Amino acid sequence: MSPHQFDIQLLAIIVAASCAIPGAFLVLRRMSMMTDAISHSILLGIILAFFLVKDLSSPILIIGAAASGVLAISLIEAVNRARLVKKDASIGIVFPFLFSVAVILLSKYARNVHIDTHSVLLGEIAFAPFNRLILSGMDLGPKSAYVMGSILLLNLLFISFFYKELKVSTFDESFASSIGFRPRLIHYLLMAVVSLTCVGAFDAVGSILVIALIVIPPCCAYLLTDSLFRMILLSVVFGISAAVSGFWVANWLDVNIAGSMAFVCGVFFLMVFLLAPQRGLFGIMREKRKQRMDFAEASLLVSLYNQERGESVKNHPDSRSMFRSADFASKVVEFLKQKGEIAVAGGKLFLTEKGRERVRTTVEGR
Amino acid sequence: MSSGEQSPAVRVTDLTVAYGDKTVLWDIDLEIPIGSMVAVVGPNGAGKTTLIKSIQGLVPRVAGVVSIHGKPYEKQRKEVSYVPQRGSVDWDFPTSVVDTVKMGSYGDLGWIRRPGKKEHEKALSALEKVDMLEFAQRQISQLSGGQQQRVFLARALVQSASVYLLDEPFQGVDATTEKAIVRILKELTDGGKTVLAVHHDLNTVSEYYEQIAILNVGLVASGRVDEVFNSENLMKAYGGKTSFFPERKSSRRAV
Repeated sequence: MSPHQFDIQLLAIIVAASCAIPGAFLVLRRMSMMTDAISHSILLGIILAFFLVKDLSSPILIIGAAASGVLAISLIEAVNRARLVKKDASIGIVFPFLFSVAVILLSKYARNVHIDTHSVLLGEIAFAPFNRLILSGMDLGPKSAYVMGSILLLNLLFISFFYKELKVSTFDESFASSIGFRPRLIHYLLMAVVSLTCVGAFDAVGSILVIALIVIPPCCAYLLTDSLFRMILLSVVFGISAAVSGFWVANWLDVNIAGSMAFVCGVFFLMVFLLAPQRGLFGIMREKRKQRMDFAEASLLVSLYNQERGESVKNHPDSRSMFRSADFASKVVEFLKQKGEIAVAGGKLFLTEKGRERVRTTVEGR
Repeated sequence: MSSGEQSPAVRVTDLTVAYGDKTVLWDIDLEIPIGSMVAVVGPNGAGKTTLIKSIQGLVPRVAGVVSIHGKPYEKQRKEVSYVPQRGSVDWDFPTSVVDTVKMGSYGDLGWIRRPGKKEHEKALSALEKVDMLEFAQRQISQLSGGQQQRVFLARALVQSASVYLLDEPFQGVDATTEKAIVRILKELTDGGKTVLAVHHDLNTVSEYYEQIAILNVGLVASGRVDEVFNSENLMKAYGGKTSFFPERKSSRRAV
């Protein structure tokens, strides 16, 4: 691994971790698409701030960008509050407008500046390490690692200080308000943090793919755990893994790194979506199959039980007419035989003591 | 319970609330005596939930003043405990029963401070009161409607407030839970706490509550159940939209 490759991965890891932390709350607040709004709107802030200070590396640009992210959210909410259009439409109205203003300004006044639309959309993480932090002749590593590292630190501080406030206002906003927390304030703080994170990640992955790093890792985590804390932790793990493996995929296929990282995020989600133990698609199908089998077993057992006690039986157990197919019926019989709950003698089914016990406890006990 | 010199638990004066150009509550004056158990009833859209919310400033008031034990609500926030409608939150939120109940202690903790052992104990004892101790570690998405309601009640109990505002605590819960909640609310009022609950089932009003506020945007009537819970007031509030008449209830109950 060359030093350059190391730097890129380090940067990717920091970016992915910073994105995953606020991302967990965005996903739980059903605000995933707000990321899109923020990440596009910050371009306007960056450009306006650049006109002000004429320096692409000034920290004012970051502040301008974060402010325009928050502005976008406020505008979306204002449009929304007027109740003239629906919420998703207000997102779709506001951020393309802000973004378009930015694109116009960019193409009109800033042609000679190194912000081109391609890198805005897709980022160029491979170039990020070339911009070094050099102090009195010493190379201290890529500049963006420091910027992004500060943002990661800020995100960590933010959720560790306001964990409980974020949790209660995300779960139950009106209750949070009733106990004296201010959910609106927390909401805007979170939006400011997301904006900052987007600004930082902008260089690395661009305004479209940053949404993948913010939304997808928490969605993977959500399907795998029941605890908010573990969900945040797992989000970070997923984000970092996608960043590193995305880098190597890009290296191997010789393609865009940011694209590969987002692609790996998608692949991770597909895997979790299918394979998550309880909430994955396969898990749910397995559970359904099990329920169907349990029910089939129980109905056969009850039917035998009632027959044994001389009660009238709607579906005669021997006919197995209660089952949708002969195949399924013989499967049920086979399972019950294996469990020792029924026995077969002369083509007829009989309950064993164990089977009788199951009828009494599980079926009649209900 | 209300003596002459004591301030009422809740006093609402001239309360008016509007959403857009639609008036939801109009000029409500209401006094809730300390230690009473009050039903808030009224047809759909009568402003019952809005009343509970606007008392706590959760929706902006166009006009009106709310005081709790004689002082403005804003200074008495800790005296008020709120149980929102069960359906108002996402029960798929990744958290456990005991952690949800613990949220009741967040108000006392204030900003930034974390819940510790003491808060954990409090949450467990509240869960015990609502008979949910065995579910403490359960994920909240696995609860039935009745169990969810008990968790919300437990969270309110942790707050150690003196006024309880409940929004439809019996909505979609099983009979056992309903009985358990009534018992707990009765214990609260026996201990001098005040309970105000949005209530839907007119059949159980006389059984559960001693006080009632009948609402339809304006306040139709309020006072003791045996004095104001009559067909005249219900007609005023519901128009022809209820088949329930309290006078008949001894002979045949409407369902």
